[in-house]
Amino acid sequence: MKAPLPHSGMEHAESHAHGNLKSYVVGFVLSLVLTIASFGTVMTDLVPHASRLATIVILCVVQLFVQLVYFLHMGTAKSQRQNTAIFACTSLLIVIVVAGSLWVMHNANVNMMPMSMSIQSALKHP
Amino acid sequence: MSASLPYAVHETAGHDNASMTTVGFWIYLMSDCLIFAVLFATFGVLVHSTAGGPDGKGLFELPFVLGETMLLLVSSFTFGAGMLSAQAGRKKQLLAWLAVTFVLGLAFIAMELHEFSTLIHEGAGPSKSAFLSSFFTLVGTHGLHVTCGLAWLIVMAHQVVRFGLDGIALRRLACLSLFWHFLDLIWICVFTFVYLREFL
Repeated sequence: MKAPLPHSGMEHAESHAHGNLKSYVVGFVLSLVLTIASFGTVMTDLVPHASRLATIVILCVVQLFVQLVYFLHMGTAKSQRQNTAIFACTSLLIVIVVAGSLWVMHNANVNMMPMSMSIQSALKHP
Repeated sequence: MSASLPYAVHETAGHDNASMTTVGFWIYLMSDCLIFAVLFATFGVLVHSTAGGPDGKGLFELPFVLGETMLLLVSSFTFGAGMLSAQAGRKKQLLAWLAVTFVLGLAFIAMELHEFSTLIHEGAGPSKSAFLSSFFTLVGTHGLHVTCGLAWLIVMAHQVVRFGLDGIALRRLACLSLFWHFLDLIWICVFTFVYLREFL
């Protein structure tokens, strides 16, 4: 978080690492708006069906970053750089695990599952 | 570590014991993140494998999920407010915020258990289909984490009452704060990819 700490009196790493009331209120209001926007996308007819998935995924990612910055105080401050770097590495692993699983299993489904096979016929011919 | 000046005595740039503990705890959280990533991947793979049973669209109620989401989000904020009281050394205020956070977390767990029991009652238990197995595993693992967080909240409140707001208590509170906010992060992914995605 780049926001300077107002009248805290100490430019100390720890105060950076714990935030202040303003950062919690800003994070809370933003999260509230993003959550309502997510549910609104699906529960109302304001967004066309074709772009709903993209909308909720974007809202999800934005809210993740809002909470990481305002609640977990992740950022480029000196005391937080280590955590941010670890988080970046973990994100890479998560993307590989999730995207890889979906991709591999999608291909397996498309190429290996006989489309005509139902549960009943599978049970008859083990 | 001096009890009266928990952090002020540490002017060395961020490599004292307290910050190393936080980094260590952060690494634990990231490994927990990987557990959830694997469970989300499993859910993503199995989401259409309903084996002739009900799918999410027929089972989930979005207003209910919105209620759960709000409880967790507000509890995240109240915990943050508690952390600010802790840093200011206001013990009573901290305990009050911890109590509010605990009640909100407990309400969340109660709603989740109610949802689970309703599903099982409707015949949509975890053994019904691969979709429901992965649903119960993913959402149940998150609920288990929240339950552990609730137990930790009680232990933390007891420590603060018994030993006061010393450096050790502040360090542990900082870890619990990371844990509690982290659970809200996971829940954002849960309500987006498990619940909302069903109703596109």
